[in-house]
Amino acid sequence: MESDFIQLDGVEKVFDVRRKTGRLRREKTRVRAVDAISFSVPRGEMVGYIGPNGAGKSTTIKMLTGILTPSAGRVRVAGIDPARERTRLARHIGVVFGQRTTLWWDLPLRDSYRLMHRMYRIPDDRFKVNMARCVELLDLGELLDVPVRQLSLGQRMRGDIAAALLHDPEVLYLDEPTIGLDVISKAKVRDFLRDLNTERGTTVLLTTHDLTDIEQLCKRVMVIDHGRLVYDGALAGLHEVGESERTLVVDLERELPPVEVAGARVVKVEGPRQWLAFPASVSAAPLVAAVAQRYPLVDLSVREQDIEAVIAKMYADRSAL
Amino acid sequence: MRLYAVVAAGGFRRHATYRVATAAGVFTNTVFGFILAYTFTALWDERPQLGGYDLSQALTYVWLGQALLMTAALMGGGLESELMERIRTGDIAIDLCRPADLQLFWLAGDLGRAAFHLLGRGVVPMAVGALAFDLALPADPFVWVAFLVAVALGVVVSFAIRFLVALSAFWLLDGAGVAQITWLVGLFFSGMVLPLTVFPGGLGTLAQALPWSALLQIPADVFLGKHTGWGLVRAYGFQLGWAALLLTAGRLLQSVATRRVVVQGG
Amino acid sequence: MGAAEAAETLRVAERAEVGEALGAAGQVRAGVRAYRMIAAMWIRSTMAYRASFAMAVFGNFAATGLDFVGILLMFSHVDALGGYTLPEVAFLYGTAGAAFGLSDLVMGSMDRLGSRVRDGTLDTLLVRPVPVLAQIAADRFALRRLGRITQGLLVLGYALVVLDIEWTPLKVLMVPMMILSGAVIFASVFVAGAAFQFWAQDASQVQNSFTYGGVTLLQYPPTVFAKDLVRGVTFVLPLAFVNWLPALYVLGRPYPLDLPFWLAFLPPLVAGVCCPLAGAAWRMGLRSYRSTGS
Repeated sequence: MESDFIQLDGVEKVFDVRRKTGRLRREKTRVRAVDAISFSVPRGEMVGYIGPNGAGKSTTIKMLTGILTPSAGRVRVAGIDPARERTRLARHIGVVFGQRTTLWWDLPLRDSYRLMHRMYRIPDDRFKVNMARCVELLDLGELLDVPVRQLSLGQRMRGDIAAALLHDPEVLYLDEPTIGLDVISKAKVRDFLRDLNTERGTTVLLTTHDLTDIEQLCKRVMVIDHGRLVYDGALAGLHEVGESERTLVVDLERELPPVEVAGARVVKVEGPRQWLAFPASVSAAPLVAAVAQRYPLVDLSVREQDIEAVIAKMYADRSAL
Repeated sequence: MRLYAVVAAGGFRRHATYRVATAAGVFTNTVFGFILAYTFTALWDERPQLGGYDLSQALTYVWLGQALLMTAALMGGGLESELMERIRTGDIAIDLCRPADLQLFWLAGDLGRAAFHLLGRGVVPMAVGALAFDLALPADPFVWVAFLVAVALGVVVSFAIRFLVALSAFWLLDGAGVAQITWLVGLFFSGMVLPLTVFPGGLGTLAQALPWSALLQIPADVFLGKHTGWGLVRAYGFQLGWAALLLTAGRLLQSVATRRVVVQGG
Repeated sequence: MGAAEAAETLRVAERAEVGEALGAAGQVRAGVRAYRMIAAMWIRSTMAYRASFAMAVFGNFAATGLDFVGILLMFSHVDALGGYTLPEVAFLYGTAGAAFGLSDLVMGSMDRLGSRVRDGTLDTLLVRPVPVLAQIAADRFALRRLGRITQGLLVLGYALVVLDIEWTPLKVLMVPMMILSGAVIFASVFVAGAAFQFWAQDASQVQNSFTYGGVTLLQYPPTVFAKDLVRGVTFVLPLAFVNWLPALYVLGRPYPLDLPFWLAFLPPLVAGVCCPLAGAAWRMGLRSYRSTGS
């Protein structure tokens, strides 16, 4: 039960999209926003859910929260079918939409929280404790009496995260929680989420464009593209799947024509410095030895490919198919 | 000048993108046109020649009112709330730093909006009205041109009033109340409820002297051939006079407000 | 499927069924509770700016007041409109205005549904544990709309004082009855109109033609309007039951279209039919939204 706290089984979402093809004519096309996705998330895990725009991330989140009903497949969150028992599920989950607030725009933060208190029927003592905790950790003290529309993006995001947590949800969905935030706000939000996950054991599902979020928060990552789950596993494993390459940077004594060694190719030359790409799965040692043997080497370094490039390459490969 | 033409075109396009909203609005204007047409018919049945109009002229007046409701922004034109919001959030400081004049900038946008509303929201209800009722449409093309000029001048007066209202947000915490009350007064004194010529005695004289009569009553009277020759010039003069007066007032208020923004640093 | 899971599925199914059975009543109760909470919050926040609130109430009052001044101006030229005297028209005006004002107070925010669909904020309401309808209806609850009700009641009061009606207990009862039923009928139109916006997000104006247009229509006697229009608002969109038919009974006037006299007593029934219909339209709209996401 606990190992599949969130469970998706062959879930699909199909939309009919009407597109204008002429002045008056419209064409109906079926779009598979989510295509036979299955995964499960055990209680207490923190998972990154990533993919390019329009890949189906938000659609998945909407099905997990009960906003959208799946076209096919089975969804369970904490044993509840979100589509059928949306309001009952609502008490178990917290949702933060990065680009739109769940707070009342014209009212002070405090009023929104008061309303959440009543709406979710949060026991008074729980509310007090949670409120104090959020105010302290998210640094909301001075913002409570400010109308939401006057808050900066980072302040509002912190306010939103607090609002999603006052009722002690077992799952927290975050849709782009750091979008548009400055570096300091991002760090604050990440610290808070990490604490929440380790101390409270709250299950967190996070969609993001910012791969630093994932690198810093999630051990497990799922990659979705064109509605399909293309990767589900440890963050480190992405490199292997992505057929990624590492780079050997060599500084030679002087400017020379591109280095020629087996198992690597030169991708860039800048004065005496050259960049050699080689498969990530191969050890760098023989390559270094080969270069050192035949060229006047001054210095060298090996660079891991960053996750962003890996994912970009995954997408590129898929669309090339 | 090129800049303001671009802004006006932008104002037109911005409203033109909402097609469903436009269709829905046309529907509403048409429904209200029918309701008012029947009540006016009942009234003119009792009193033919009331306010100097015969029945078919009175019905024409009703449909002109529906056609110009959005064009002359008789119920507010979005400009007030938008400008007020910018003042409230302090974004107005950015506008004031632009190399364009605040008042002219917004006027240009509003003229573009009005042009769209005349075409998008005005033509269809008028056509429906003309099909369903016997309207007094002018045969002389010159009258149509004279009418369009009067409409344009009316829009400028309408803008000048709304600009003043919007600027009140510099001093008032919540300008929405002021905006609402001016719409109401405007709706009544523009002749939207009843033609101003039907208003009795002193109230009628007062109503016809107020700036709101430039928005609907004068264009409608031009359309109905009540203002010709020197009468037409006098009608235009009335509109121009109010436009000049109110725009100048707006200018003064704007400069006072600007000083305030500069002093407070936004 | 394991035994435990089967049991779980069964339990969920049962719960859903119980939920369905409780359904209507439970939903309504939850909705009313949420509505009260949200409305109370908005009232508190409006009261923070008492001066602007007072101004807004006055504005609302004056708005509708000028509307009636228009009718007074008409009667400054004539003694009767469509065969009805000023007090009689005032009676129609007052009942329609009070009924509409009441539903506008409670449901007037519904026309923002379309913009909430467009900007995506509807989703934020769907993840809360209370009915969406209540959340939208109570959003920006505007007590200033009391101005309209007050104005309607004042005009009605004037009519009742001036009119020479042979009052019977039944007739007395019919005045509050038509205001309340009328408010429910208008509220149904608000909800159905909002449901329409699930499909046409920019079409909030269409709703206005039936709500604001409807109340304007009902302020005048039915004799003023073309027969087809009267037929439409009797049999298709039952606005005639808001005040026309019951009011004509109270006034002792002939009904339009030679309708039978007992129709005047139907407004509560009509309101009772409109509610579930509007509710069904709403659920259909919401279901469509939840399957298409737009």
